[in-house]
Parts: sequence; structure tokens; C-alpha cells
Amino acid sequence: MATVTPSLGAHVHSDDHSHGHHEQTFISKYVFSIDHKVIGIQFLVTTLLMLMVGGALALAVRWQLAFPWGSMPIVGKLFGLFQTEGGQISPEFYTMLFTMHASVMIFLVIIPVLAGAFGNFLIPLQIGADDMAFPVLNMLSYWFMWPAIACFGISFVASGATAGPGNGWTSYPLLSDLADAAPSSGAAQTWWLFGLTLVGVSSMMGSVNYMTTIINMRAPGMTMFRMPLTIWSMFITAILQAFALPVLTAAGFMLVFDRLSSLLPTDVHSVFFIPAGIVVNNAAPTIGGGQPLLWQHLFWFYSHPAVYIMLLPAMGMVSDMLACMCRKPVFGYKPMVYSMAAIAGLGFIVWGHHMFTSGMNPALGMTFMTSTMMIALPSAIKVFNWIGTIWDGNIKFNAVFLNCAAFVALFVVGGLSGIFMAAVPVDIYFHDTYFIVAHFHYVLFGATLFGVFAAVQFWYPKMFGREMNDTVQKWHFALTFIGMNGTFFPMHLLGIAGMPRRYADPYLHGYLEHLLPMNQFMTISAIIMGFAQFLLLGNFALSFFFGKKAGRNPWGANGLEWSAPSPPGHGNFDVPPVCYRGPYEYSSPEAEAMGQDFILQTSPPPAGYKASSNHGH
Amino acid sequence: MKKFWALFFIFWPIVALYVCLVAPSRNWWFPSAPMSSVGHQIDGLFYLILIIVAVTFVGTQVGLGYALWKGATKKSGEKAVFSHGSHKLEIMWTIVPSFVLVFISLTQLEVLANIRVLARFPDEARKTPVAEVTARQFEWRIRYPKPGTQLSTEPQEGDLYFVNELHVPVSQPVMVHLRTQDVQHAFFAPKLRVKQDAVPGLVIPIWFEIEKAGEYELVCAELCGWGHYKMKARIIAESEESYLKYLAALETDQNEDGVADEAASASDEE
Repeated sequence: MATVTPSLGAHVHSDDHSHGHHEQTFISKYVFSIDHKVIGIQFLVTTLLMLMVGGALALAVRWQLAFPWGSMPIVGKLFGLFQTEGGQISPEFYTMLFTMHASVMIFLVIIPVLAGAFGNFLIPLQIGADDMAFPVLNMLSYWFMWPAIACFGISFVASGATAGPGNGWTSYPLLSDLADAAPSSGAAQTWWLFGLTLVGVSSMMGSVNYMTTIINMRAPGMTMFRMPLTIWSMFITAILQAFALPVLTAAGFMLVFDRLSSLLPTDVHSVFFIPAGIVVNNAAPTIGGGQPLLWQHLFWFYSHPAVYIMLLPAMGMVSDMLACMCRKPVFGYKPMVYSMAAIAGLGFIVWGHHMFTSGMNPALGMTFMTSTMMIALPSAIKVFNWIGTIWDGNIKFNAVFLNCAAFVALFVVGGLSGIFMAAVPVDIYFHDTYFIVAHFHYVLFGATLFGVFAAVQFWYPKMFGREMNDTVQKWHFALTFIGMNGTFFPMHLLGIAGMPRRYADPYLHGYLEHLLPMNQFMTISAIIMGFAQFLLLGNFALSFFFGKKAGRNPWGANGLEWSAPSPPGHGNFDVPPVCYRGPYEYSSPEAEAMGQDFILQTSPPPAGYKASSNHGH
Repeated sequence: MKKFWALFFIFWPIVALYVCLVAPSRNWWFPSAPMSSVGHQIDGLFYLILIIVAVTFVGTQVGLGYALWKGATKKSGEKAVFSHGSHKLEIMWTIVPSFVLVFISLTQLEVLANIRVLARFPDEARKTPVAEVTARQFEWRIRYPKPGTQLSTEPQEGDLYFVNELHVPVSQPVMVHLRTQDVQHAFFAPKLRVKQDAVPGLVIPIWFEIEKAGEYELVCAELCGWGHYKMKARIIAESEESYLKYLAALETDQNEDGVADEAASASDEE
């Protein structure tokens, strides 16, 4: 083995020219690139921009809730859409706002930023591969995002600018099935479904690639239980996607068939979700024999695992970053892996908890309640292990760490509020109230997005060879954290007060009138949080030019990626990496023998050090 | 600065807890005490979970805050403790939460069955549904059976109709049939803690027993289109006597064709 341990110092100057046998044009290098790093960065930049789009839609929702039927800034004056109403938006426009906020955030931000951006960038680097198993498929997975974005974009205007898709991101039939059901149920809904399908195609191509790469392309010595938890989480996520996504795609096509075949001049058309005799807006009664609940089962069979697709990779990355920032091994590495696997497994048998009030068989409700309760267990184990990781650590209080700590603190809230919803009788009251909105924002924003903020800063030096400004990131963290809690914590109380979701004007109802001041406070918090994101974007963009130059391993971390140049050239590693140990051997005796508190997975055991002690964990 | 950030993470759960503690007194809590028999059971379970969750929340945040404070006050040069975890701790924090979670599940079953399982509905309610509630964009249509008859699935001659106002007798279990004429809706009476989706093609029975005469909000809790927010209706619980009086008045109103009395009585005789 000693022959494959060249010193890294001798290769500092190698870059992509040393691998450049094939001539690369600007287009093939930066646009239709098959390099996983470029694709990852493309995903990252795209999703950060979409984050701002989704955030703008959210602020519009918040505006309406704080100042109902007031003059809506920007949108009210836009293209003279609502000028005749004095800038007051229409209720159907409001339904579009929350529908597209969710759709953009889920399908164009959270899922692609985790799997697309970080999955792509990190998987080959952390397992020591030179690229993905299927680089062209990888490129396609990014470029299928754009037709999806285009379809979502067209859906905004397909049935007129005030009737974008407005049936919620869950798009329950019949509202989403019968074109007469709402202004937003026309062509807009069809384009929305096309967009959804294309996002699915993109995810599926990624997922196949990640599984293959992780199984087949690990560096010598990189056993499964030496993989960083990021890789484990990406692997488990890829499996979840591969098994859950086909169901959503099928359901989406069924809905598209229902919608499009009804336009055909023939008598033959599908009625998967349409029962007979339904009269919508005085249209002719439907002919059918379908069942709207079928959609809910199919949709949630995907979308519940999907919430773990939106969370697990962040859990993995946060574990990596916490260990590094606390200079301490991850507490309970194997329990962490097993609990992620348990979350994924249980994730497939809990979808019914979205349907406790749907009228499905109550016996199913009992089963789904018990499985849902049990999924809190692996989540709890993970939280305890994160706290164990921080415990007795030599903590570096930088913005990466703060965002990770916020991930843990806020995930606790999101996890605990979930227990109320798992309990069917209590959920009967909370279903479709703001309590649910509070819950999933604590998980998706409080946990996932804070994890992403940390990950952006943590791996930025590897992406661009420069560091982000930590002070700006701390300001961004503090403002976002305060704004986030100010926006979403009161939602628990709104839910307890019985305020239903998706109301353009809740104050129409006497029992909700007194909640207006609280909603105004939340909107102000949301505006602070929204504008704080410009700090992130500005820091992201300016650090590319002015950031402090970073070496290979600016954080003193252990993963294989930190042994590659920053940024890594084409083919990633100047020296084919060999993995000698697990990824979290911070402050180990072995590291101390080298006079430092970290030890790269690629470092051979130091001379004179007995190797027996480092296989034990 | 390290201590500042540790305090930052210690401070916010305190604020969160404080907000929750003052919430009931600031009217940021349930819209009212539960006004139905199942409502009491639901609220009881809510408070049980709330206590368990609050203890867990405080425990984890204290643990996190303490770990951060320890890290922030560590002397410079002091090393992190090298540890890969503890088997004992893992077993402990696997077994304890699983017992708690199973316990929570088990406490729910009885109430769930009472609310949802038709066979466990109170007999008197199950045998005589008082009305059929049909949701449509964007109103609630109420159909009572012709006084003295049973509610039938299909509309019958002599059935009584009203919109956005459901009268039921107080202090006795009542069952209504819920359906929808168009898209999906949900029957949500916040003060009664009752919620049930109305699904196209299905007729779903729901029951409740209102404990105090009065007016209770009925709203829609499932997105049903642009006017989702304005499906505003009332459930009026009243004594048996005034309930029957209301139905009688409704019947008279409905059969009143507005033509002069003699003509009306003449046509009645035919």
C-alpha cells in the first residue's frame, strides 16, 4: 500500500490542463457540461434563484394575510393586472400565489438543491470517483429542469395572468381534474402537471445515477461504513426517489389523461378520478366511475417519502459539518445510518396520515397513526446523536456551525409538532389549519434550508477555491433565524385558534378576526427574512471574485473531497485517492500523532502509530 | 462572541415557551372550550401530547444549550473529547421514546373509534340522521327529511332545504350525512372540534353532540377553489322544542307559494 501514498504537496499545481486531452469549448465546459461539479454548481445557482422566486410568492401571500384586500405592492401595479381594483388582488390570484410558492419551493428549490446541487457535487468527490457513473444522464437531469421551469412558467399565464395554477401543490381532484371547477383549473393546471412530470424525469435520472455511482465507484478502501453520512443520506434518498417517484408520475399522467381526453371530440375518455353525476359550475353532470381518493393515495405515496427526500440529505450534510466544526467524531455513526434507513423504510407506510379526515376507512387511520408515531423514533435518535456530537466538542462558532445548530434546534420543533398530527383525533382538529403550515415550515425551512445555508458556505471553497465571508453569513444567519421564528412560530398558535389554510381572507370569520395583528407581525418578520437572503446571494456572488483564497482543506476536515485541489480539476483528484479510515476521526489519537486534530481519510497511518485502534468504531 | 451565540440558542426556546404560556390569556389559543362531547376527548389528548412534547422540547433545548455553553466556555487549546458514541445511551434513547410513542398511539385508539367507526356511533344518532349537508362552491346546502320521515339518500318530496344554516337539537348525539355536489370540501366546526372531508361520490356520516345551545361556526377546510375562504355557515344548537318549531316554520315557508290564501288552500285540496 505504501506505493499509492504520494504526498499531496507535490501536486498542488496540477489543474484541469493536465487532464485536458479533449478540447473543450465554452459550451461543453460550462453549459452542456458532463462534469458533475459544473452540473452541481448549475443546480445550486438555479435553485438559489428559484428560492428568491418562491420567496417573493410567499411574501405576496403574507401581504394578503396581513393587509387583506389592500393594495398589493408590485403585483397590484404589474401590467395593469389589478389596476381597476386599485391594486387589490383577486382571490383566485391568491390561490395561485400559495400553489406556486409551494410548487417552486418544493420542486425547484428543496429537492434539486439537495439531490441536484449537493448530491451531484459531493458524491463523486466524497467517495473518491472521478465523475458520476453516467455523466451524460447527469447533464440531462439538469437540463430537464429547464423544460420543467418553462412549463411552470407557462402555467402562470396559460389561462390568463390572473388564473395561474391555484389548486394547491397537492392538486386534489376534482378541483384539479375538471376544467370548469375554477379559473385556475384550465390550461394552467395541465401545464403545471407537465412541469411536475418533467421535474420527476430530472429527479429519476439523478437518482439512478447516484445509486450506481455510490455502489460501484467508491475508491479503494471506501467501504460502505466508511462513507460520510452525506453519502449515506444521498444513497438512501436516491432509493426513496427511485421507488416512490414512478407512482407520482403515473398519477400525474392519469390526471393529464382525465383532463386532456375530456377535450377530445370522441366519447372515449378516461375518468380515473371522476365519479358520476358531479355538477361543477352548472356544467353538464360528469359521466364516470372514478374515485378522487385514489389521487390522494397515489399522490401521498410519493409525496410523503418526498418529504424525507427533502430532509435526509440535509441531515447527512449537517452531520458532516457538525463533526467538523466540533472537531469530534459523529456521535453514533451506525445508529445515524440505521435511523436514516428506518426513516426511509417507514416513510413508505405512513402516507395515510395526510388523509385522516379524507373519509378513508378508519381502520387504516389506526395503522397509519401507529407507523407515523414510530417514524418519530429514528428522528429522535438522530437529534440525540447530534447533540451528542456537539457535547464536549471544541466548537468553532462560525456561520456554518450556527446554521447547523439551528438545524438541530428547529428540527426538534418540527418533529415534535408532527406528533400532534400523527395522533388521529388531534389531527382531526389540526388538519388543514395553520398548525400544519407551521409544522412543515419548521422542517423544510428550519431544518432543510438552514442545513443548505451551512452547506453552501462549507463547500463553497471546494466549488470555487475561495471562502465566503463569515461575518456576512453570521448576519444572514441571525436575521434569517429571527425572521423565521417570527414568521412560523405564531403559526402554531393560529392553528390552535382554528385558522384554516389557504384562506384569502380568514378575517371574514368572526372567530379569527382578532388574529390580524399577529398576522401582521408575522408578515413583517417574513419581510426581514426575505430581504436577509440578499446577504446570502450577495456573499455568494461577491466571494467568487473577492473571497479569501482557500487551500485544499480550509476547514481541516477529513473527507476525500478535501484532499482534492480547490476547485478540483476535470477528473477531480490529482492522486487516485485511497481511503484508510472512517470520515469522522477528528481529535483521534492517530490525528494527534500527526500533531493536528483531523486526519484525512486519504492519509496513511502515521509512521510508528499502531493501526489496531482505528478500526474499532 | 462564542458566549453570545450560545446564549442566542438558549434564549429563543425561552421566548417560544413564554409565548406559548401567555397565549391562552392573549386569546391566541383554541377559539373556545370544546363544545361537543368528542371535543373534550380531543382536547384531553391534545393536552396530554402537549405535556409530553413540552417536556421533550425543554429537555432537548436545554441539552443543546448546555452543550453549546460548554463549547463556548472551553479554554483555548483544550481538545475535543474523542468518542464515537455510547452504546448504552443509544439503547436508552431508542427504548424510552419508543415506549412513549406507543403509549401516545394507544391512548388515541378509543377516541378515534368513537369519532370515526360507524358501528360505535351512538345508536340514537345512527338510526336517525337529522340532515344531509351538501357542500358546493361556495356554500353549504342543508336538506332535512320531511318532518316525521327518515332521511333518505336521494332527495324526497317534502324534504326541507336551507342554505348555510344547520339546526340541530342540543345535548343529544346527532348524525348528519356529508356529501359534495362538485369538488372536495371539508366540514369544519372549530368550536366542536369536528372535521370531515366531503368527497365527490361518497356520502360520509359524521356525528357530534353539542353540549350548549348556541351558534357555532361552520367553515370549509379543504381547498375548493377561489372562494374557499368564504364558505361561511352556522350550526345552531337549540332545544328539541325550538328545533321542531324551526323545522315546522321552515316547512311552512317552503310550501308558501306567495299566492293569495284562498288560491293556495284551493290547490291544497286537490
